[in-house]
Amino acid sequence: MRKPIFVLLLGLLAPAMVSAAGSGVPLDSADVDLGNKRSLRNGARLFVNYCMGCHSLAYQRYNRLGRDLGIPDDLVKENLIFTADFSRKPEGEPVKVGSLMTIAMPKDKAKAWFGTPPPDLSVIARSRGADWLYTYLRSFYVDPKRPFGANNTVFKDVGMPNVLWELEGLKAARYEKVKGHDGKEVEKFAGFDQIQPGKLTPVEFDSAVRDLVAFLVYVGEPAKLERYNVGLWVILFLIILFFPAYALKKEYWKDVH
Amino acid sequence: MTTKTQALLDWIDARFPLTKMWKEHLSEYYAPKNFNFWYFFGSLALLVLVMQIVTGIFLTMHYKPDENLAFASVEYIMRDVPWGWLIRYLHSTGASAFFIVVYLHMYRGLIYGSYKKPRELIWIFGVLIYVALMAEAFMGYLLPWGQMSYWGAQVIVNLFSAVPFVGEDLAIWLRGDYVVSDATLNRFFAFHVIAVPLVLLLLVVAHIIALHEVGSNNPDGIEIKARKDADGKPLDGIPFHPYYTVKDIVGVVVFLIFFAAVVFFAPELGGWFLEHDNFVPADPLKTPEHIKPLWYFTPFYAILRAVPPMFDSQFPGVLAMGLAIVVLFFLPWLDRSPVKSIRYRGPLFKGALAIFIISFVALGWLGTQPATPVLTNLARVFSVLYFAFFIFMPWFTKADKTKPVPERVTFK
Repeated sequence: MRKPIFVLLLGLLAPAMVSAAGSGVPLDSADVDLGNKRSLRNGARLFVNYCMGCHSLAYQRYNRLGRDLGIPDDLVKENLIFTADFSRKPEGEPVKVGSLMTIAMPKDKAKAWFGTPPPDLSVIARSRGADWLYTYLRSFYVDPKRPFGANNTVFKDVGMPNVLWELEGLKAARYEKVKGHDGKEVEKFAGFDQIQPGKLTPVEFDSAVRDLVAFLVYVGEPAKLERYNVGLWVILFLIILFFPAYALKKEYWKDVH
Repeated sequence: MTTKTQALLDWIDARFPLTKMWKEHLSEYYAPKNFNFWYFFGSLALLVLVMQIVTGIFLTMHYKPDENLAFASVEYIMRDVPWGWLIRYLHSTGASAFFIVVYLHMYRGLIYGSYKKPRELIWIFGVLIYVALMAEAFMGYLLPWGQMSYWGAQVIVNLFSAVPFVGEDLAIWLRGDYVVSDATLNRFFAFHVIAVPLVLLLLVVAHIIALHEVGSNNPDGIEIKARKDADGKPLDGIPFHPYYTVKDIVGVVVFLIFFAAVVFFAPELGGWFLEHDNFVPADPLKTPEHIKPLWYFTPFYAILRAVPPMFDSQFPGVLAMGLAIVVLFFLPWLDRSPVKSIRYRGPLFKGALAIFIISFVALGWLGTQPATPVLTNLARVFSVLYFAFFIFMPWFTKADKTKPVPERVTFK
């Protein structure tokens, strides 16, 4: 009696697993390595250069980033802080190394420019997932119908321009006509064609985006760098504790029949 | 004991029944000697309760119940408060662990008939604890002020507006506003950190006092007090301390290994313990595609969605969801079987229980899925089976073929 129901549940689960991919576009595995500090530092460099004009990391501090990624404070100031602090004086003050990674772009203006204010990216890797970000950032293509001339196969009609085009070059999306289930012809995305090379080769570009996503995963949860380590010790301690605890129980219970 | 500590103890005992309480509840509380695996979950529930209170106190020191600051203050705890990430994960994982432990504890009661006479009040206090726990979890989930926090609260509070005549006013009264807002966040914070925990603690004390008054049930469902030795101690009983304290320590260590594995290696548990959408700050203008409660509420959420609107009102669904919980209170009087434990019950009870458990788990899964027509129909089937377990219980428990219950407890 139980078996058929389990089989039924399993059958229901299968389509749910497929649809878990979300927008329907298969996601590429980002395969980030948080233990690789060079990759994280390169990601930080790319972020402040290409993303931080519009996107803040409002919960992250510059010096925490430096500490975790092994960058001394003076290098952080020289290489990662490009903005000024306009919160107190209209002419601006220098940003302190312990400040949060906020941006100067006003939200109301940003809304007018892009349709929606570019979101803060502090925890974007936790809501979207690394694979989504990795695929999304590599899925921009030329689309003259869009205000910034670019569209995205993962996030259709996204308000964001293709800010990494200088590195990646320009791509066109190729569509094929395929027969759908009902026999009608439908357009199906079949891949990208490079129409203008960028500063990086496709392989280098993938690697750069991987670094950028690794950095966002780190920023999403800086504690991730230490919690695996702490966890190993905690679990090791508990496993060792199990033996005297069990021996104590055995000792007390040996007379109970 | 040295004479000085004995003198101090005597001084206290003359003024407060310390030794008496120690004996009544621990060193001379006789528990059946045949407790098995299922009996770990009561003490584990107590452990998780204490952990939630302690971690909660530390979170309260840094959290800000303000619609503009709440989300950021949680991230502040995660990043800038020393060990804040650990305290937060202990608390968020603890919430799910509490429900896992409590569900297993309730299942134990169900299979060994722990709710039957003379333990009806223990069961009723237990169900009240469960209800208080649901209120506690629901209001706590609003506090991180993510999208799921916000829209989950919006959906659940809106349910009250389905109550005939007074619904709209009731919902506004609960929220303190026309939508979930800063006012709602502040009052949920107050309820979450003080009002409901106080109720929970009182109920737990009542639950344990009632238990220690009648004594614990056991896997055989035998009253150990029926057979006592010359000193008036139950023949099949052993003092809770030290026997069950040392045994429960083993249970605690094993539980903590699993618990730590989640806290340190998978605090989100693939979105089951911390939902991905809850890392997006609450936005009253942007409804998420798919609003779902956390896993421990989904069986009831599935029942809610399974009932079609009647007379243009969602109220029947709300009523069904409420009844699904209320019916638990009546369990001691619905069960007419002469035996307590599943070991001596017949195939009717075992079959019915299996269907019930499958229905509950299936409803739990369905509650996490979008309500497609197929899934809604499935939820209807399982909802009917859920209620059928209780409605037909007086008959199937009475008609069931039971086996003779032994006189003394057995080890299995």
